[in-house]
Amino acid sequence: MSSQLKVLEGEAQGGARGRARSGSPGTGDRSERSPSTKQAPKAEGPSGRRGAQSGRKEQAGGSSRPRSPKRKHTEHKRRQEDQRPAERTCKERRKRDGKASFKEQKATPKKEKEELKEEMWEQLKKHSASGGESLSEEELAWILEQVEEKKKLIATMRNKPWPMAKKLTELREAQAFVEKYEGALGKGKGKRLYAYRMLMAKKWVKFKRDFHNFKTQCIPWEMKIKDIESHFGSSVASYFIFLRWMYGVNLVLFGLIFGLVIIPEVLMGVPYGTIPRKTVPRAEEDKAMDFSVLWDFEGYIKYSALFYGYYNDQRTIGWLRYRLPMAYFMVGVSVFGYSLMIVIRSMASNSQGSTSDGENDNFTFSFKMFTSWDYLIGNSETADNKYASITTSFKESIVDEQESNKEENIHLTRFLRVLANFLIICCLCGSGYLIYFVVKRSQEFSKMQNVSWYERNEVEIVMSLLGMFCPPLFETIAALENYHPRIGLKWQLGRIFALFLGNLYTFLLALMDDVHLKLSTEDTIKNITHWTLFNYYNSSGWKDSGPRPPLHPADVPRGSCWETAVGIEFMRLTVSDMLVTYITILLGDFLRACFVRFMNYCWCWDLEAGFPSYAEFDISGNVLGLIFNQGMIWMGSFYAPGLVGVNVLRLLTSMYFQCWAVMSSNVPHERVFKASRSNNFYMGLLVLVLFLSLLPVAYTIMSLPPSFDCGPFSGKNRMYDVIQETIENDFPTFLGKIFAFLANPGLIIPAILLMFLAIYYLNSVSKSLARANAQLRKKIQALREVEKSHKSVKGKATVKDSGDTLPGSSKNAIQVQLTKEGTTAHPGSQSQILEKKAQGSSASNSADRTMLPTTRHNPVPQPPGVRSSSGQLLPQPWKSASGKSGQRPPP
Amino acid sequence: MGSKQTVFTHEQLEAYQDNPFRQRIAQVFSEDGDGHMTLDNFLDMFSVMSEMAPRDLKAYYAFKIYDFNNDDYICAWDLEQTVSRLTRGELSAEEVSLVCEKVLDEADGDHDGRLSLEDFQNMILRAPDFLSTFHIRI
Repeated sequence: MSSQLKVLEGEAQGGARGRARSGSPGTGDRSERSPSTKQAPKAEGPSGRRGAQSGRKEQAGGSSRPRSPKRKHTEHKRRQEDQRPAERTCKERRKRDGKASFKEQKATPKKEKEELKEEMWEQLKKHSASGGESLSEEELAWILEQVEEKKKLIATMRNKPWPMAKKLTELREAQAFVEKYEGALGKGKGKRLYAYRMLMAKKWVKFKRDFHNFKTQCIPWEMKIKDIESHFGSSVASYFIFLRWMYGVNLVLFGLIFGLVIIPEVLMGVPYGTIPRKTVPRAEEDKAMDFSVLWDFEGYIKYSALFYGYYNDQRTIGWLRYRLPMAYFMVGVSVFGYSLMIVIRSMASNSQGSTSDGENDNFTFSFKMFTSWDYLIGNSETADNKYASITTSFKESIVDEQESNKEENIHLTRFLRVLANFLIICCLCGSGYLIYFVVKRSQEFSKMQNVSWYERNEVEIVMSLLGMFCPPLFETIAALENYHPRIGLKWQLGRIFALFLGNLYTFLLALMDDVHLKLSTEDTIKNITHWTLFNYYNSSGWKDSGPRPPLHPADVPRGSCWETAVGIEFMRLTVSDMLVTYITILLGDFLRACFVRFMNYCWCWDLEAGFPSYAEFDISGNVLGLIFNQGMIWMGSFYAPGLVGVNVLRLLTSMYFQCWAVMSSNVPHERVFKASRSNNFYMGLLVLVLFLSLLPVAYTIMSLPPSFDCGPFSGKNRMYDVIQETIENDFPTFLGKIFAFLANPGLIIPAILLMFLAIYYLNSVSKSLARANAQLRKKIQALREVEKSHKSVKGKATVKDSGDTLPGSSKNAIQVQLTKEGTTAHPGSQSQILEKKAQGSSASNSADRTMLPTTRHNPVPQPPGVRSSSGQLLPQPWKSASGKSGQRPPP
Repeated sequence: MGSKQTVFTHEQLEAYQDNPFRQRIAQVFSEDGDGHMTLDNFLDMFSVMSEMAPRDLKAYYAFKIYDFNNDDYICAWDLEQTVSRLTRGELSAEEVSLVCEKVLDEADGDHDGRLSLEDFQNMILRAPDFLSTFHIRI
């Protein structure tokens, strides 16, 4: 663009002749673009299209012809004067910005061009005012172009960092132009359309915003969690997010079980009291409604739809002929299926999310500093939260940073870590032995009569105590290790996980012993029942002829129904776990906080800063409590369909309760640390627990015979027989054959093999993709580095140049700019150089052409000169030159 | 287009008292650099802070806002100002200096110990939530 300016200037010095010369390339160029028959006869002269135009003008108005060269000259000078300030402003602006960024550089030529065009427009206005109304096609095209330019200017007005006054004048000018000439071109509705489009765009943005707000509002507890996050950091918030997620999963499970098992049974099943399994036995009837009995899930609760034993083994129930046993089995399977699927899916999406924004790592602090304040905040409470959260997040990052460049005595650290692990393994072994001992003892107690309350509940109490005291002990030991808190949290989680797992499995083994005991006595009970009924119907006491009324269901002797017993165990465990959690929070956190807060006024030392202090929120303990609780739910839900309902209640209450407790009585961790970006560690533990809880359930389903007189599968050899039965009775025979064929090991083993192969293949594919990804990222990084260094060099050059040229004339400035752009060889400047060459050649061409005795001179002096600048937009400057030389022949 | 409000209620004005950069914003957009705005300056401000304003423009003015001493570079002192405003001075002096050091380390492309507009743009245009947070709504 600067080359052009130079040409223009030279032309200005050269006077009218120079102008005529420089005009030709542009016009010739244009002629190639839009040749028309009207212009053809006029285009005989060497000046080509210019001639045509002028000719047309002469025809139309004639008044422009008598302009003398002198006048033209003065006019030109004036224009030149106009031009200078324009350049200078461009220059100044560039200097002011102090940045020679690519975009800006591209933008500036456009602006200069615009200004040139404006001049041309003025010229045209003048001309049309003096010359008449009819416009040539060329001018039409030019106006069209101008209108487009102006429209573009209007559209991009907001992109320019100008003060409002300038924007307004520019906008008005542009709008006036568009309005005036659009009408001439027969498209007057542009403005309204533009306004309409803007309106719609605004409405759309507003709608999107509102919808987003609505969506955010629909997320439950979002504000609570944000509140906690802002005060306690992302790690504590991650627990609550996990809790919320868990609540969602449990709601789905609850809907599944409630909708497909409990409600059909309650609505369509045989009502309470009709058959033995749905009736409280005679011996328990007196106490069946006592609270102490109900609290232990005995009595009426035991014989309700909450537990496995209540369900009847009728194949179909109600007028819908709902196949309840089948539904029960399928729901039990799908609870696991759904849980597995949802956990795996969320793990996958977590890991995907973490890879996608991994590249922003190199601007952590900058982003925090410059983009963390939300300018939208207009509420002082929110602002307080925001301040807190920004401070917290700064602290998180600082902890990360300090950890990463901490240097220590590595041998000491290693020794301490080994020591800590040794101590913790000792603790784990001790607790395992303790549980084993207690379980053995409880088995002895269960054989004895009239044991005390403590002896009955010893296992639960010991387990709860272990769960309460071991984690803090572990934490104390972990202080030896001196890990980064985030890694420390993981270790802590792993250790408590091992502890809980040991407890859970000891408990399960004890339970399994119990089940086997019950199973072994089942045969004798079965005989007793059989004989009771037999004796009842055949007894001699009934002398009547009619059939004897059936024995009252409460009187029928029945088996112990181990499934319900297992369900009750899990139910009790869940409830006691919940209570222990709540009581711990209440005592350990709330009362402690109250004590510290209020006794601080009258105590010998500072309680808040000293020994008891306030409690920190125990992330690892809470997360693991949640995970194990969920494992219990998964295990128990097959035997106690109501368990999920209880759990939903538990999660709901604990959400509110813990939110309150955290905000009221806990203090943030001493070293606030950031949660790892994805809580995949929690999810991994969850999958492990899910798998571990799947094992016992699968074992009982596949290898233990169901009780003979309770539950939906009574009378069958194994629980899964229900599928076979359904296939045989309800499906057409060929389907049964297909199923039998599918169950053939000869088919299953190849299928499993195929799956392994697929896993192997996909795994290798993903690995190679990851490698490619890493390489591409490296490349991008390298490119960025190159760009950066390049830019910094250029930036310095600009600074220096502008410093040099400041006192110099504008001509100097242009020269310097030219050289600078020549040195920084980007495509734009290259093309400019080429153009310059082309113009040079065409200029020389036209120079000797003007020596020819042409009497016709240009009555409209400016347009061609400027058009050369607009012609620059066209990519083939030489084509125009060569085209001209081709046109030249008729001398 | 939309609802036009000519008079601000007291609450609405109060609502913007929480922005830690409120003085800076007023200074940047005012003609005299003192925070006294003419109508045009005011309009300027809202056109830049509106949701429709383009990224580059926002980045340009964000730079000016964070450039406390108006020397066209964000130097360590400016950064300290920013941090202390963002955290209400709750970080200790070492922490503040650490943060400033890290920011310069990350974003200073030409290693001259201060952020030029170019460095700033380079950094801010990559920020995920710059556009969504850098505007004012009435």
